[in-house]
Amino acid sequence: MSSSHIVSIYDEELKYLSRRISEMGGTAEQMVADSVRALVTTDAALAQKVISEDVILDTAERQINDKAIVTIAKRQPMAADLREIMGAIRIAAELERVGDLGKNTAKRVIAVQSSGMPRKLARGLEHLAELALMQLKEVLDVYATRSIEKAKAIRERDDEIDAIYTSLFRELLTYMMEDPRNITPCTHLLFCAKNIERIGDHATNIAETIYYMATGSQPEGERPKDDTSTSVVAAGVADASE
Amino acid sequence: MNMMSEAAVEKALDKKMNDISYKMIGKDVSVYYGDKRALYDVNLNVRENTVTALIGPSGCGKSTFLRTLNRMNDTIDGCRVTGRITLDTDDIYDPAIDVVELRARVGMVFQKPNPFPKSIYENVAYGPRIHGLAKSKADLDAIVERSLQKAGLWNEVKDRLQEGGTGLSGGQQQRLCIARAVAVSPEVILMDEPCSALDPIATAKVEELIHELRANFTIVIVTHSMQQAARVSQRTAMFHLGNLVEENDTDKMFTNPDDQRTQDYIMGRFG
Repeated sequence: MSSSHIVSIYDEELKYLSRRISEMGGTAEQMVADSVRALVTTDAALAQKVISEDVILDTAERQINDKAIVTIAKRQPMAADLREIMGAIRIAAELERVGDLGKNTAKRVIAVQSSGMPRKLARGLEHLAELALMQLKEVLDVYATRSIEKAKAIRERDDEIDAIYTSLFRELLTYMMEDPRNITPCTHLLFCAKNIERIGDHATNIAETIYYMATGSQPEGERPKDDTSTSVVAAGVADASE
Repeated sequence: MNMMSEAAVEKALDKKMNDISYKMIGKDVSVYYGDKRALYDVNLNVRENTVTALIGPSGCGKSTFLRTLNRMNDTIDGCRVTGRITLDTDDIYDPAIDVVELRARVGMVFQKPNPFPKSIYENVAYGPRIHGLAKSKADLDAIVERSLQKAGLWNEVKDRLQEGGTGLSGGQQQRLCIARAVAVSPEVILMDEPCSALDPIATAKVEELIHELRANFTIVIVTHSMQQAARVSQRTAMFHLGNLVEENDTDKMFTNPDDQRTQDYIMGRFG
């Protein structure tokens, strides 16, 4: 964005989009952090707050889409401007999904609350959430700075989250096998862990979108994956826990 | 095991991609109007059966370049062209070249529709007649009908061919001019902002026509409408201050151009 448009209101329209994206990012980040805190501290009131905040992101996404459509129709954007607008639409959708995942985690707080949660598991979840939130925070910073290098770095770091998720998955299976009474809370926690892991994926998607917005080409190569939970079997876990 | 054959296929595809035939080749083309230099060593090749759009701000030299392709600049006093332009293998600035014949091979459509003050029929028949392309009246009739059909105008005018060409609407007049250009079976058609005086519907008809003409002709179009360049062309060349700054596939040009000046121009930004 070296120079301004000849039509200055066009700049205002693009600024509106990026400002709203940043706001959505802030809200999504806060919702995820609150949902995990509500989960580990079994704070039903905080969970309720997260649930009620989801509508903010839904509305913001709709407004961003409306503005983007009108801008495309009015300005017929080209090149970087077009990528900027398409990027805003995509990132808004990703952030809206992040909000949904936070909300889903918050909803499970009440179910987990009744049966209590092993301390160790809570710590695992917190660690997972820390990493996912860091990804999210950094990707929002990259959105503001448009650093291609940092966008690439975020994309390449998603495997850390995957690895922790896989180990949490194993742990939860172990707890369930130890005592069938753990099955209900652990199943909920499994979904919570999955939610948080997905937030990392969305952050990575956003990083890829920013890369595209800045360069006009898609990042090359497969993104690194270390989620092996799809191949974890109960017997293997039982062996490992002996 | 398939590695070799895959590589071979890729190579063949590459060859096909690289197998581009150029209809016109401009090498180090410079144009001077008196002491003022309007074009600086432009190297631009025009691909066969392709629509090439020339874009750039006013005074950038795009129309000047277009006019060098059929020596329309010859008609301007004090205009001097250096460099070399070939049509197939013929140097079009060779003194032995017959300019009238050249302009039959490289036709032109102008910004403002300019039909002759004659009948619709005569507008189209004039060129073929003076170039001796028709042996008989029936021949000429056939050329007129075919040309009007190619220009997408036949159905609208077939019952009033003897009426004046200037009585048509602006969009119809422009298509009549295209029919007139097509009638002498040119190889290349140059269009200098052919739609800037037309309404959106007439513009769409001309654009549809350009799309169809591409099968038989090579087209070079100057346009101030970036959207039009993006819609009708396969290759786009960007001019700025008399220089060719970038020539690229149109799809690339309007999504991710290489040159900053192209970027600024198509996005409507200050340079």
